[in-house]
Amino acid sequence: MNDVILKIENVSKQYKLGTIGTGNISDDLKRWWYSLRGKEDPFLKVGDVNDRTKIGDSKYVWALKDINFELKRGEVMAIIGSNGAGKSTLLKILSKVTGPTTGSIKSKGRIASLLEVGTGFHPELTGRENIFLNGAILGMTKKEIASKLDEIIDFSGCEKYIDTPTKRYSSGMTVRLAFAVAAFLEPDILIIDEVLAVGDKEFQKKAIGKMQDISYGDGRTVLFVSHNMNAVESLCENGIVLENGNIVFRGTAKESVDFYLKNNNIETAKHLSFDDLGNDFVKINSISVNKSKEQINISDDLNIEVDFTILKETNKRIDISTAFYSEKEQLIFNVGTGFSNKSPISNVIDISQKLNLVIERPNLNVGVYSIKLRVVENRSGHAKFKVNDIISFEVKNDLKSDVFIQTNGVIQPVIQVNVK
Amino acid sequence: MSNNSHIKDDWLFEITPKNKLLDLNLKEVWSYRDLLFLFVKRDVVTAYKQTILGPLWYLIQPLFTSIIFTLIFNNVANISTGTVPPFLFNLAGITIWNYFKSCFTSTSDTFNKNAGIFGKVYFPRIIMPMSVVISNLLRFGIQLLIFSAFYIYFYSLGAEISLTKYVFMFPVMVLLMGLLGLGLGMIISSLVTKYRDIKILVGFGLQLLMYLSAVMYPISFFVEKMPKYAWVVEYNPLTFIIESVRGMLLNVSDFDWSKFVYATFVTLVILFFGIIIFNKSEKNFIDTV
Repeated sequence: MNDVILKIENVSKQYKLGTIGTGNISDDLKRWWYSLRGKEDPFLKVGDVNDRTKIGDSKYVWALKDINFELKRGEVMAIIGSNGAGKSTLLKILSKVTGPTTGSIKSKGRIASLLEVGTGFHPELTGRENIFLNGAILGMTKKEIASKLDEIIDFSGCEKYIDTPTKRYSSGMTVRLAFAVAAFLEPDILIIDEVLAVGDKEFQKKAIGKMQDISYGDGRTVLFVSHNMNAVESLCENGIVLENGNIVFRGTAKESVDFYLKNNNIETAKHLSFDDLGNDFVKINSISVNKSKEQINISDDLNIEVDFTILKETNKRIDISTAFYSEKEQLIFNVGTGFSNKSPISNVIDISQKLNLVIERPNLNVGVYSIKLRVVENRSGHAKFKVNDIISFEVKNDLKSDVFIQTNGVIQPVIQVNVK
Repeated sequence: MSNNSHIKDDWLFEITPKNKLLDLNLKEVWSYRDLLFLFVKRDVVTAYKQTILGPLWYLIQPLFTSIIFTLIFNNVANISTGTVPPFLFNLAGITIWNYFKSCFTSTSDTFNKNAGIFGKVYFPRIIMPMSVVISNLLRFGIQLLIFSAFYIYFYSLGAEISLTKYVFMFPVMVLLMGLLGLGLGMIISSLVTKYRDIKILVGFGLQLLMYLSAVMYPISFFVEKMPKYAWVVEYNPLTFIIESVRGMLLNVSDFDWSKFVYATFVTLVILFFGIIIFNKSEKNFIDTV
């Protein structure tokens, strides 16, 4: 089991901030002068931590700093982190697109990377020609591609258009074809960056299924970067969390996802007031979830209060809906006044109204949830005003009996078990 | 962990910050030969898609340039091309010069033009400029055909032209021209990633270089008119290649072996430096391009 296939040792990457201009020549000369005398690059000693929200003193920044980890043969590892944490930089270094500033990477296998689907696709070439070109760019030989050609075309579902230039393809079809080529790569180590967020539902399912085949069925070593936490959990065994260029957590995929979500979450609240949230149609004054209670438990009803003011006269009915999302951006349910035949919201303007919405025992599992608020006119799909993540709240566990065993899902239903 | 030293020997490859000075992994390049040919195919197939005249453009450009050169340099400026029809003289020079020019200009733009691909996938970067040199060979071949057609035409009219025995060196000359374009192009391409000024320089630099490469005049003419500066043209390896090609095809001058050795040497030196510089910048160019 101790068969290490990829070893990353003290890898760091430094970037220069700002534009590259005349200042660069002087730095280049200084570097050259130091190296001539056999000294270390003077600019490697400086550099700020990679945090895009703070202004640093230095012209140089460390996008990655002293990254160490190992991949075992057959291991499927996820790298997660917020934007700018250094995930893509790490993948770029691993796929030899750019070199590390310091440190080294040792590999026992061929690495193929999928940082983008359809790299090198030429719009004037036909689908078939592009399969060959793209396959060769990804490191396959012509023979390998030819032997898998039928499977690739079949998987892409583009048989009919395979001899048409890809510029006539819809963007979805191009992506399907490109993913199909990539899916049949057979390297020892596969590096994948966020390519699952493509295509329609059916194809995404197919793609995730294929990825599962690759990682479990074929025992391939895979390094996977994604913001799709569901995909990470379902595809990977282990994970590391990157933050500001450093590894801040290692563990199983589930632990890593939990760590990441906990550390990167929006603050939870039970009541929020707003000074100027709204547009010329409506103004939202405040929102609250179970304001009077100390904490929200699994078994509680949810009591949503929205304080708002209509600003524009209209004779159409006005409805407000609240959509509940899990941490992993899954929609759990969407409820609102639109369900009743007559909207309880009155059309008077410039007077604040209070909407009270009670959701009886939704049985939300332990976790953090966010609400998307929409104000619609005439029950239409088009919102006059909407806010994503208007408020986030945390559900805690109050069911401490032995009977209760917490499950992984979003809903924690009340169950009765009988054996006869 | 006890057999750490044993494991170390098994690594297939290692990625480190520093490159060796000459790190051309020919075995790796060879394993990507299919990609090389697919790139060549792509360039050839897509070059003139959705144009009406298609590959005819390959012919129009050298023909018109030759006509203009003949009018300006031979008819107006009275440069003598000896017994050779001036049009054919110019066409020969332009055909071989064009091969160098297209190799040079397209390779010098390698990193910028392909930043999209290079930023996403690794393959030996040198595949790109190599494919350019090869696909331009095809274009050169077509232009050579039109030259042959005019050659036969003028020959049938009774012009005093004939092939010399040195014509067997013609492929070598073409190879030298391609390698020279490749070498210079790779040097420039690496500089362009950081300093875009170079790209502007290339545009008119090439134009100046053409005047110093005896494309539209025989070297003897230059020596006669400006003996003091003739060395600039004479030491230019391009001059030698163009002169020899004209010499062997039109029988206007002899093949100079000592100059051949000199030109080959210069070409190889330039190519060598080109590969070194290219290798040095291919690793991190994506950060600066």
